[in-house]
Amino acid sequence: MDAQQLERIRNNESFRKLVAARSRLGWQLAAVVICLYFTFILVIAFAPHLLGIPLFNGAVTTIGIPIGIFIIVIAFATTGLYVGRANSEFDGLVRKVLEETE
Amino acid sequence: MRYPTFPCLLAGLAAVPSSLTTLPAMADAITGEVERQPLNVAAIVMFLVFVAATLWITYWAAKRTKSAAQFYTAGGGITGFQNGLAIAGDFMSAASFLGISGLVYVSGYDGLIYSIGFLVGWPVILFIVAERLRNLGKYTFADVASYRLGQTEIRSMAACGSLATVALYLIAQMVGAGKLIELLFGLPYEIAVVLVGALMIIYVTFGGMTATTWVQIIKAVLLLSGASFMALAVLYQTGFSFEALFREAAAIHPHGTAIMAPGGLVSDPVSAISLGIALMFGTAGLPHILMRFFTVADAKEARKSVFYATGFIGYFYILTFIIGFGAILLVSNNPAFLDTAGDLIGGTNMAAVHLAQATGGSLFLGFISAVAFATILAVVSGLTLAGASAISHDLYASVFKGGVVDEFAEIRVSRLATIGLGIVAIGLGILFEKQNIAFMVGLAFAIAASANFPVLFLAMFWRGLTTQGALIGGLVGLITAVTLVVLGPTVWVAILGFQEAIFPYKYPALFSVTAAFLGIWVFSMLDRSARSQAEKIAFEAQFVRSQTGIGIATATQH
Repeated sequence: MDAQQLERIRNNESFRKLVAARSRLGWQLAAVVICLYFTFILVIAFAPHLLGIPLFNGAVTTIGIPIGIFIIVIAFATTGLYVGRANSEFDGLVRKVLEETE
Repeated sequence: MRYPTFPCLLAGLAAVPSSLTTLPAMADAITGEVERQPLNVAAIVMFLVFVAATLWITYWAAKRTKSAAQFYTAGGGITGFQNGLAIAGDFMSAASFLGISGLVYVSGYDGLIYSIGFLVGWPVILFIVAERLRNLGKYTFADVASYRLGQTEIRSMAACGSLATVALYLIAQMVGAGKLIELLFGLPYEIAVVLVGALMIIYVTFGGMTATTWVQIIKAVLLLSGASFMALAVLYQTGFSFEALFREAAAIHPHGTAIMAPGGLVSDPVSAISLGIALMFGTAGLPHILMRFFTVADAKEARKSVFYATGFIGYFYILTFIIGFGAILLVSNNPAFLDTAGDLIGGTNMAAVHLAQATGGSLFLGFISAVAFATILAVVSGLTLAGASAISHDLYASVFKGGVVDEFAEIRVSRLATIGLGIVAIGLGILFEKQNIAFMVGLAFAIAASANFPVLFLAMFWRGLTTQGALIGGLVGLITAVTLVVLGPTVWVAILGFQEAIFPYKYPALFSVTAAFLGIWVFSMLDRSARSQAEKIAFEAQFVRSQTGIGIATATQH
């Protein structure tokens, strides 16, 4: 990549779109996972009994179980969401950037 | 019922007896005394089958491992799915299998808290690290950290961070391996350690990344299959009803329904947050994990790797949770698995192993024991390869030879480094048999989060990062992490025997990661040298490559 190509890419509309879209999605999803996890940890630190509430009347299963499983599922689901968007959208934008700035 | 002798992660945070050490469940060290079991023939036969298969793979891989790219990254020819399995194989250790199921067996819900902590680092790796890392790097994460900065300084520092992380992790693994194998197979501790070290040297020296990857893939498949079988067998017993499983377990367990809620493992918010930071960002700073992203062809395969890895690891942790409860149901009230005091034979870490016997008889017990051994081999091989790469690629080729080096000389150095690391690991493994090594994996994670991650992260995201800032800030993170662990409860009190810890928290990450970021920022801002200006300008080209992959180190052709 020479200086001219670098300059062309930096000023390319598709490149800007790619960078903006990828950063937005990445940071949004990271924020979701980080907030979810630290909320969970802080509930455990300050109000652990909240997770011990029975799931339904007379149940031994507590709401902590589905909440824990939910966090595991969300961690996986957000990676799936990111990969899906990246495969369908970002890779296409990368190809476009390369074509437009050859 | 005893608490697990296995050192626990969120543990430090609380109501665990003080004799218990605290460190991440990945810690992988089985600490404490073990009673040697009678020679387990089925387990040994199945383990020999595994070893024969992996040696055959190593032979096959050795024929392909002719170039440096083959040695370090399997030529970049691993698919996203294969790499996802290999990452899972690298990450799911024997202690997270035996330790977390043992923790669930003893305290129920708390085991799930640990599992979640280990999983949440993965999405973060995907969103901010994986693609950029693949687009910028070639063999090691130091390639990326030093991309536009001073090669000598940053590579030396990154290699120090890598070697410190790998060494601490490796010692913990070797000691855990020796004790576990002594327990499962009835082999003497020293022989077990030498066996693990020798096999790991053979895999990595001859087969490089190709053999290491396939050992990790096979192990992941075996571990996931064995754990799935056990979890299904448990659920079959309760008519596939979780409510029935939990109700019956709570009825047997001495703590009753208290096992269905957090048991006070986390009590102090500073430690809780500090541990969360160490797990989340430490995972993104582990050299053997980061190295796996260079084994795939491009950013697309890199991101798919994380997707599959997160799925497999999450599934595995759900299985360990079911297995722990299954052990309460099927093991804790069966006299065959208890000693005269009513404790589990071999300690609570053996909950999953006894459950294997309870659900599948002695043949399945042999299978699970062999899987546990295979698990250790896969993890130590990945660690050794990462350490050898730091020595040969970062220190030898880039620092001592200034990047001008014959490829074959570099491979030779990496093979010698592998053998050297293997011998050191065996020696230290034997030396540390009776030592308290519980702090080691916690420290490894702290160093990864405080020295490796901040430099890597800012190198990719912050234009203003300079060599001076990265070097000083990275060292600040490293030194702070080590100092705070030494002055904290795990070393100052538990090992050195002082009454009061000078630093009150078991996990330093909140402070050491902050110190590293501050140090990097301050010393980068103060850097007004001509070189720092050039480094800032070079960020643009690096940024474009990190986004588009132009100029990416490509897979070698065959």
